[in-house]
Amino acid sequence: MSDVHAPRPFSEPSPLARRLAAAAVVLYAVIAILPLLWIGATAFKSQADAIAYPPKILFTPTLEGFVDLFTVQTHQSHDFIAKLPPPATWWEKIARDRDMVIAGPSRVVERFLNSLIIGFGSTILATFLGTLAAYGFSRFRVPLADDLMFFILSTRMMPPIAVAVPIYMMYRWLGLYDTRIGMILLYTAVNVSLAVWLLKGFIDEIPREYEEAALVDGYTRLQAFRKVVLPQAVTGIAATAIFCLIFSWNEYAFNLLLTSSEAQTMPPFIPFIIGEGGQNWPAVAAGTTLFLLPIVVFTIALRKHLLRGITFGAVRK
Amino acid sequence: MTVTNQASSLAERAARRTPAAVAVRARGLSDRAVAWLFILPTMLLLLAINIFPLIWAIRLSFTGLMANLPNPAGFVGLDNYIDILTDEDIWANFRVTAHFVFWTITLQILIGLGLALLINQRFRGHSFWTTVILLPMMLSPAVVGNFWTLLFQPQIGPFNYVIGFFAGVAPSSFSMIGSVALAPWTIVLVNTWMWTPYVMLICLAGLRSIPDYIYEAAEVDRASPLRQFWSITLPMVLPFLMLAVLFQAIQSFVMFDMVNLLTSGGPGSVTETVSITLKRAAFEKWETGYASALAVILFVTIFGAANVYVRALNWVKQQ
Repeated sequence: MSDVHAPRPFSEPSPLARRLAAAAVVLYAVIAILPLLWIGATAFKSQADAIAYPPKILFTPTLEGFVDLFTVQTHQSHDFIAKLPPPATWWEKIARDRDMVIAGPSRVVERFLNSLIIGFGSTILATFLGTLAAYGFSRFRVPLADDLMFFILSTRMMPPIAVAVPIYMMYRWLGLYDTRIGMILLYTAVNVSLAVWLLKGFIDEIPREYEEAALVDGYTRLQAFRKVVLPQAVTGIAATAIFCLIFSWNEYAFNLLLTSSEAQTMPPFIPFIIGEGGQNWPAVAAGTTLFLLPIVVFTIALRKHLLRGITFGAVRK
Repeated sequence: MTVTNQASSLAERAARRTPAAVAVRARGLSDRAVAWLFILPTMLLLLAINIFPLIWAIRLSFTGLMANLPNPAGFVGLDNYIDILTDEDIWANFRVTAHFVFWTITLQILIGLGLALLINQRFRGHSFWTTVILLPMMLSPAVVGNFWTLLFQPQIGPFNYVIGFFAGVAPSSFSMIGSVALAPWTIVLVNTWMWTPYVMLICLAGLRSIPDYIYEAAEVDRASPLRQFWSITLPMVLPFLMLAVLFQAIQSFVMFDMVNLLTSGGPGSVTETVSITLKRAAFEKWETGYASALAVILFVTIFGAANVYVRALNWVKQQ
């Protein structure tokens, strides 16, 4: 990267060119981000506002969508609701204002929990295995290292739907169908290829002299790995882990085909959030917003490593 | 991207000179043991979850197995492959996929490279706007694809409203998802929206890798900006662009999530890409043997094309 403040007499763009470039980029960014803002806005609309024509930009915000997302409700007559004791909580009040009574929590909580368990489980496993393998490839002479690294990469190129057919058969046979452990193993296998490639790049950048000094001081290989290499690789490991987590969190195809209820995560579930009389868009939008928000935060946190992550470490800046 | 590290470390050389048993006693595990201990678990996991099923799929592709029936089906030889390759519908699905891949890649290159060139002007706030543009790429294609169905609603969707407003037509007069003419372009549009940032980010890295002195030399030679673009910028960015195209071509060739939730292949089968066909054959019609054969054909296509492409990429890099 060149220093922006350094004098660059030749290739410095003119102020006008800069301003035009800025205008074009901002215009694209605003148009590209609008669908996401619309999702966020719909989460706070009432059902009537969500499907109003013309589409409403200004509306009175409400938490109905979130209440609908997390609860199961039954429709009751106005008289029946009038006879009930006053609502104990704000969400009960929101439901009753629309002649609904809350019957219990919805299944969305279980799905979120599955997303978290499977996401973190596979991330921890893949990062652990990936760190070990990357260190092995980075520091030792492994026979056929090039071929093994390419093999690891090639497993990622397989289309999920094509792999899902035999994995479905295998999981039925092993009793792993619709289990969290089955999904964790599968996502670990998909993520480990990314983890090895990324982490090898990060570990290659740590000077070997540090470990060699530790070995001379009487550390064993394993001690040198644990006490010298790992602390140096911490940023790389964290970035890799976030990439693995994002993949597991977003994954749809495997989860759709290899689970039915017990191990289902959010992505296959969200399209089936329906209310009375068709799709309850505020509830869908509320679920979508809660689901996407952590990824937005992670993307901002990962800015500097994004390029590496999406190219398997092939492009590093 | 080189993998081997020729310079063997001091410790490694020392360890190789000492007899193995002594090395173990002196320094814990030998380096060779550590290397295999570290690499093997990953290899075993990949063999179990990727290679074993792949081999199984190849075997199943020669049978008439239906996974929802109890008794195993017999060996049918190449019948599944012949059925697939002579099926006019499958070829139609490949054409749908080719249309999808071609147009999303073309649009991604044009818009992605264009944005990268603009962002490379380094105006104030460019890194903030770059991050904003990157967001769609990081989000779940399934979840976002599902939400696009609301945006595309003919009556109430904001997309139709905005297009109708600017084009002067009634918003309910066209349906992005329900129309045979528009649906193939709808999946191109959403995919381009989602993945253009990917191409942009890689092109940006390419642009930033070009040293300033090359442009300075060109200025001295009084090369016009257009000429500088064609003979400096484009050739230097090309390897990066080709890498982005490789990743994106594979990505869109096997795209399933977004298409499944946005159009699920419809109306009719005008957006039925090969992944959708495969999912229907395997998990709706339960023709497991047939679906396995289609899966094998997909693998071979991807690996064959990727192989040819990587050779081309290496050739360009050497130029």
